[in-house]
Amino acid sequence: MLKPLRVVQYVNQFFGQLGGEEKAFVEPHVKEGPVGLGLATQKELGDGGQVVATVICGDNYVGEHLEEAIDIMIELMRPYKPDLVIAGPAFNAGRYGMAAGALCQAVQERLGIPAVTGMYNENPGVGLYREKVYIIETGSTSKNLPEIIHRMAKLGIKLVNKERVGKPREEGYFSHGFLVNELSDKKAPERAVDMLLAQFRGEPIEPELKLATFDQVKPAPAVKKLNEANIALVTDGGLVPQGNPDKLEWMAATKYVTIDISERDHLKGGEFYANHTGYDTSEVNDDPMRLVPLDVLRELEARGVVRKLNPTLYSTTGVATTIEYSQKIGSALAERLKADGVDAVILTST
Amino acid sequence: MAKEIERAGIPVSQITSLPNIAAMANSNRIVQAHGIIHPVGDAAMAPEEERELRRSLVRKALEALQTDVEGPRLFK
Repeated sequence: MLKPLRVVQYVNQFFGQLGGEEKAFVEPHVKEGPVGLGLATQKELGDGGQVVATVICGDNYVGEHLEEAIDIMIELMRPYKPDLVIAGPAFNAGRYGMAAGALCQAVQERLGIPAVTGMYNENPGVGLYREKVYIIETGSTSKNLPEIIHRMAKLGIKLVNKERVGKPREEGYFSHGFLVNELSDKKAPERAVDMLLAQFRGEPIEPELKLATFDQVKPAPAVKKLNEANIALVTDGGLVPQGNPDKLEWMAATKYVTIDISERDHLKGGEFYANHTGYDTSEVNDDPMRLVPLDVLRELEARGVVRKLNPTLYSTTGVATTIEYSQKIGSALAERLKADGVDAVILTST
Repeated sequence: MAKEIERAGIPVSQITSLPNIAAMANSNRIVQAHGIIHPVGDAAMAPEEERELRRSLVRKALEALQTDVEGPRLFK
């Protein structure tokens, strides 16, 4: 018989039975043995484990002093020599979820033991901590609490015993975003056809790879009066001045660069080139206006079709750029365009 | 990138040779470019012909900017 597991439970003021929002400023403190929700954890553990202490902290306190509260709670837990920490579940409580995620990460890193928490999928703690800690998926309220506690404890015990942890769907936790190699007794074409047939039959399928998803953005309103608009040119074709002074990456860009076009109505080969590994750049290098239509925009500006061409051209390299960096570059550029007073953008992509 | 700029309320016309990819990533105003290696030009054309091609693509992009859209739309 293994010796009983030593578990420390973390709860907020409500699940620690101190009270509601009026007790949300309570500082971190510890009580011996199971308290409040800790009793449910103790019941689940039975003889296999013991809730040796319950750490309680008010949600406002932890919300306003996250790092400090985590430091204190870790030191409150340490003397109890826990094998496992169970945090929450926090359901859809944002402050509580953030605290539970941060605490689990700190427990793993500083106490070197596993920690498990539970949250509703819209809790902000899920997005922030799902890749770092095990978060069992819960509903938005404390319905089904015994089942949630059961899953948290079961997963925690597996982690302590270093047993193989099943897939997110099997164990009920939020995927960490890893791909795990598995041997299948069926060849890939058979699995693909099986999946296709299952779709024909209207049966659920489980793709082996998660497809990238793109969020949708509400389209910006149309330009009402073009002749009053400041139009900016942007390209992801990697255009840079000779010598690439701002060191734009030729792939997997992490930034955009600026090119001053205020004194120019043409872009000439030799003065600019495309620093981009994703296409044959020879035509653009001979005449960069095959990438950036500066001459035509200057014509339209002279004729008053558009009020003004933005004096700065923005350029980045759109090859093997991660979605994350594209978003970062895009939002940084959006700020810059706003500061320039730009009304609309023409983006040329290779 | 187009999306992040639109999120800030600035409309973007994207001239691209891969409109399907642009639409998949939810770029909203899309214009079919002339080709991957030369979105708004072509070395095989005479200079004046090439410039006319560029004018027509820019006109299309400006038309897209003046059009309210609900979601990704290809302007032909």
